Amino acid sequence: MTTAPAKAGWRFRQPSVIPGFGLTLGFSLAYLTLIILIPLSGLVWRSASLGWSDFWAIATDRRTVKALEISFGTAFIAASINVVFGTIVAWVLVRYRFPGRRVIDAMVDLPFALPTAVAGIALTTLYSPKGWMGALLAPLGIKVAYTPLGIVIALVFIGLPFVVRTVQPIIEEIDKEVEEAAATLGANRFQTIFLVLFPGLAPAVVTGFALAFARGVGEYGSVIFIAGNLPYISEIAPLLIVIRLEEYDYAAATAIATIMLALSFAMLLVINLIQSWTRKRYG
Amino acid sequence: MADPELYPADIHHEHASLAVTERPLARAALMLLAFGFLAIFLLLPLVVVFEQAFSRGIGAFLGAINEHDTIAAIKLTLLVAVISVPLNLVFGVAAAWAIAKFEFKGKAFLITLIDLPFSVSPVISGLVYVLLFGASSLLGPWLKLHGIVILFAVPGIVLATVFVTFPFVARELIPLMQEQGTGDEEAALSLGANGWQTFWHVTLPNIKWGLLYGVLLCNARAMGEFGAVSVVSGHIRGLTNTMPLHVEILYNEYNAVGAFAVASVLAGLALVTLVLKTLLELRYGAEIAATRGH
Repeated sequence: MTTAPAKAGWRFRQPSVIPGFGLTLGFSLAYLTLIILIPLSGLVWRSASLGWSDFWAIATDRRTVKALEISFGTAFIAASINVVFGTIVAWVLVRYRFPGRRVIDAMVDLPFALPTAVAGIALTTLYSPKGWMGALLAPLGIKVAYTPLGIVIALVFIGLPFVVRTVQPIIEEIDKEVEEAAATLGANRFQTIFLVLFPGLAPAVVTGFALAFARGVGEYGSVIFIAGNLPYISEIAPLLIVIRLEEYDYAAATAIATIMLALSFAMLLVINLIQSWTRKRYG
Repeated sequence: MADPELYPADIHHEHASLAVTERPLARAALMLLAFGFLAIFLLLPLVVVFEQAFSRGIGAFLGAINEHDTIAAIKLTLLVAVISVPLNLVFGVAAAWAIAKFEFKGKAFLITLIDLPFSVSPVISGLVYVLLFGASSLLGPWLKLHGIVILFAVPGIVLATVFVTFPFVARELIPLMQEQGTGDEEAALSLGANGWQTFWHVTLPNIKWGLLYGVLLCNARAMGEFGAVSVVSGHIRGLTNTMPLHVEILYNEYNAVGAFAVASVLAGLALVTLVLKTLLELRYGAEIAATRGH
């Protein structure tokens, strides 16, 4: 927040000749309050009115705990896979020239544009035992569809552009002179990349990881088709919310949603701290 | 995030020396990894959608599309997008005007709040409206008394969609308008234009491509949203099913051709969005530069 300490002559806004401040800020705040803030605080209020013992009973319910573990665990694995491959994709797109580069670059945004339900049924068909990928993996004894592995596959799809689009501009900004200096000083290419370039990329990689992770934790549409949705095994937290809602168990749905929100915000906070630490260290 | 001044024009040396690039073998390996990964994770799912949609021939595809409930779903999806996108467009422009053209306390906090829907699970975005308007809520009895139907009807679907797509336009415009500063507007005002004239004739032309870019992304998400809409829709065939929800129903009924036929229409929409987005970036890159990278 930019609320600076009150100095002499504190004012809410700096003077400006441009009109429309009251109108645009007023409208924005009213719309924000109506659409986002009131509904979200309604969730928190409902959850608070549950009472601590009821809340605790839902939070420690084995099915709830398992669903949260599965959501956060698979999102973590998927974001980690995306960090590795997303960085490689970003590197190849920025540094190498090959025919069709623009098309491939544009393709990276497909998960942003493709509705999640479409991705869900496509991945399920692909990885079911009779699908193109499923049939390839079946002889190796790997089952993807209707297992937690399927959740990971769906979340890798969903999260990829977050990593690529965060890391890509930073690779574009790398000053070639840094690499030339490292090479001149006797570093081999491997050393230059891992000791000189990667530390500079670290904050962007962490941000990309955080965005992919946060999106993966809440993802619903692409996951529910491929997951098989077995309680305790492949049932994600957002699905459990929907199930509780369909049972008219509003208390449980509210509690699980509040826990998810709290965990996501705590995680984003930790990641922000890591980020400011890496920036200080390597920035 | 990305200032154009930060990019030197000649950042890509076409003939990099070996010291600052990888050996050919390492290059080939990295490219193979990247292409293989993209082919498996992005290309294959897209191909499967169309392969399945046309697996029984074009007749079966057309039959699946030209079905009463499917057409109702297409109409509802268009209706929801037509209402929610303009709402978020007006908000995006207003918020970007306030944030980019003025300095005020708490601005960073306001930007964080605008981004909030991105970090909320779509299911929770739907849930909050169920809690607000549902039968067991404070408003529920009052709404019922006055015959106002929000949940499991079009208004609920629109609200959930507006929530989920809330930040898209604002997010594209804020960095762009911050970058453009207030010089043009001050010049127009000093020449005697009033506020509206300044906005219509000076600001809007400056931001039109960035605005279009934001609307494009907002629309793609509005038409494709599944989780939030699924919670508030009630899944009434022919009435409250949007296209993504209709895909789910058909798929769960083992109607693969039907599900993938509707899915292929959505995939086609996604491809059109990607093509337009890429064209905008190529032709008007400088005018939407601040928006590259999400």
